[in-house]
Amino acid sequence: MNDAILNIKNLKVWYNTYKGYAKVVDGVNFHVGTGEKVGLVGESGCGKTTTMKSVLRVIDSSINHIPEGEILYRDKDILKMNYNDLQQIRKKSISMISQAPSAALNPVFTVGEQLLDVIRYSEQYNKKSSKKDLMDMAISAIKDVMISDPERILKSYPHQLSGGMKQRICIAMSLVTPRELLIADEPGTALDVTIQDQIHRLLRALVEEKGRSLIMITHSLGVARELVDRIYVMYAGNIVEVAKTKDLFSEPLHPYTKGLMECVPRLSGGGVTTGIYGYIPNYINPAPGCRFCPRCPDAMDICSKEKPQAVEISDGHKVACFKYTNC
Amino acid sequence: MSNSAVNEQKKVHSFLKESTKENLRIYWYKFGCNKLSIVGLTIVIISILLAVFAPVIAPYPQHVKEFADYNNASVAPNASYLFGTDIFGRDILSRVIFSFRGALLMAIIVLAISVPVGVFLGLVAGYYNGSWLEIAVMRTTDIFLALPPLILALSIASVLEPNLTSSMIAVTVMWWPWYTRLVYGMATALRKEYFVKNAELIGASRMHILFREILPNCLSPIFTKIALDVGWVILIGASLSYIGLGEQPPTPAFGQMISDGSKYMPDLWWMTIFPALGIAFIILGFNFLGDGIRDMFDRGRQ
Repeated sequence: MNDAILNIKNLKVWYNTYKGYAKVVDGVNFHVGTGEKVGLVGESGCGKTTTMKSVLRVIDSSINHIPEGEILYRDKDILKMNYNDLQQIRKKSISMISQAPSAALNPVFTVGEQLLDVIRYSEQYNKKSSKKDLMDMAISAIKDVMISDPERILKSYPHQLSGGMKQRICIAMSLVTPRELLIADEPGTALDVTIQDQIHRLLRALVEEKGRSLIMITHSLGVARELVDRIYVMYAGNIVEVAKTKDLFSEPLHPYTKGLMECVPRLSGGGVTTGIYGYIPNYINPAPGCRFCPRCPDAMDICSKEKPQAVEISDGHKVACFKYTNC
Repeated sequence: MSNSAVNEQKKVHSFLKESTKENLRIYWYKFGCNKLSIVGLTIVIISILLAVFAPVIAPYPQHVKEFADYNNASVAPNASYLFGTDIFGRDILSRVIFSFRGALLMAIIVLAISVPVGVFLGLVAGYYNGSWLEIAVMRTTDIFLALPPLILALSIASVLEPNLTSSMIAVTVMWWPWYTRLVYGMATALRKEYFVKNAELIGASRMHILFREILPNCLSPIFTKIALDVGWVILIGASLSYIGLGEQPPTPAFGQMISDGSKYMPDLWWMTIFPALGIAFIILGFNFLGDGIRDMFDRGRQ
């Protein structure tokens, strides 16, 4: 795909622990086209955040990890980049919204000061513009995220604002400069459902308006359905299924995807009828076969012995499961 | 543009100043809650004034130089010599007032050098936790901290020429590791905070992360420690000068005066007691002030 803005090829991230390597991300293929909105869905601890953190290389350096594979941003490999080039990408091209909005703002500076820092560091403003112009930029960014009275907000310290406000400010920060790719790491997690919904709508509107690309990391298929064009379903460090949102919901193929859809409680009552039993497997020395095999209702003999390869069922709909390979 | 709009604009663009002003007001309120800190501040201001205007305030400024007046030697406190005189007939009050100079100078210079050095090393070691930098800095710090502080200062001062400068060097050398430890602990905790990670994501430089993200969040313990340390530095300096490693006679210093006077205890008690009270006064003042500053930065007691 030529217009891919980000292309991850066979990415592996292994954490070094005292027991051996934890293979948290094991061979992930992923791409995002220009202006495309992509969702990365999976349960907690399946490696979604680790994958995205390795895109910007912010995994804690004190943990010995070995990323393998390629992360191509506009055909340049981020993993092999030197520090200065990486800084340029961080400053100008990709931004990330973290899971915890309250922790993402420095408590000792006002929101305004922090926004100005972001603008200055991006180096994407007119060098001649005065502080007043920068302030206007900040104010319009705050207005974009539907906060009334931006002047007051700019003067406030993070602890004076509510969680929803802080999350919106984080979004404003990541959108204040013209970046091409936005990675949103469960931006609604810390918020209640109504605010969550607002935030998601806002995010979609802002991304669409300026033609940016979005990677939405979430554990909820519902959120992904609302927001994105294409969904990657991830399980235990592997991408198990990828499809256009419409196709995925009309025709889920992988047993894990089906399980995920069934385990959403319905408002009409009746509770969760079926779901997925068991837990995410151990990442250290996992079984050689499909990682979902121990929990899979449709497991076959071959599932515990070999790793399934992704096969394309229809246009853009790929699944990694032996049910769909002709063997 | 209408007038109100202009005002509105001004309000927006001066927002940094306004919040700082308000903060200062809050800090002052919290500082004033404890009356002892006001006492401390007063004492500190008096000490500084005494030190700065010593030649004007002291009744006999010439008594701090080479001077002897055997007619008035060993006079007990009276109207013309408020604190009495020593065995050479020098006025104790004048000498005590001049001693404030050395004591404060010592505290200022020692802290002005050791705090930035210690804080910087602590920041670097904390942020680059797990790298060789951290190992190098922190193990050196541990070596310094393993030795009893006064012994270390003593041994350094005794190698150098005995004067005020070498005692300052000695105390500075033993002082920075405490700040390195303090800041290291906080920086290690802060580097994992999301706002530091976010700054990395935005592409902030390492200097920005060290000095604008991590350092401002460590400031209140640093200031508190500085305020409480002033008293300690003066005390260590007095100890050094007591055994003759500080300011040399005839220039007066608290420790040296106490040590001179102790030979004539208890007959000429004023020779020892008044310099000792001088030390107690200045250290008490800085400790009260330090407590006040700690309360000021304490978020838990708002």
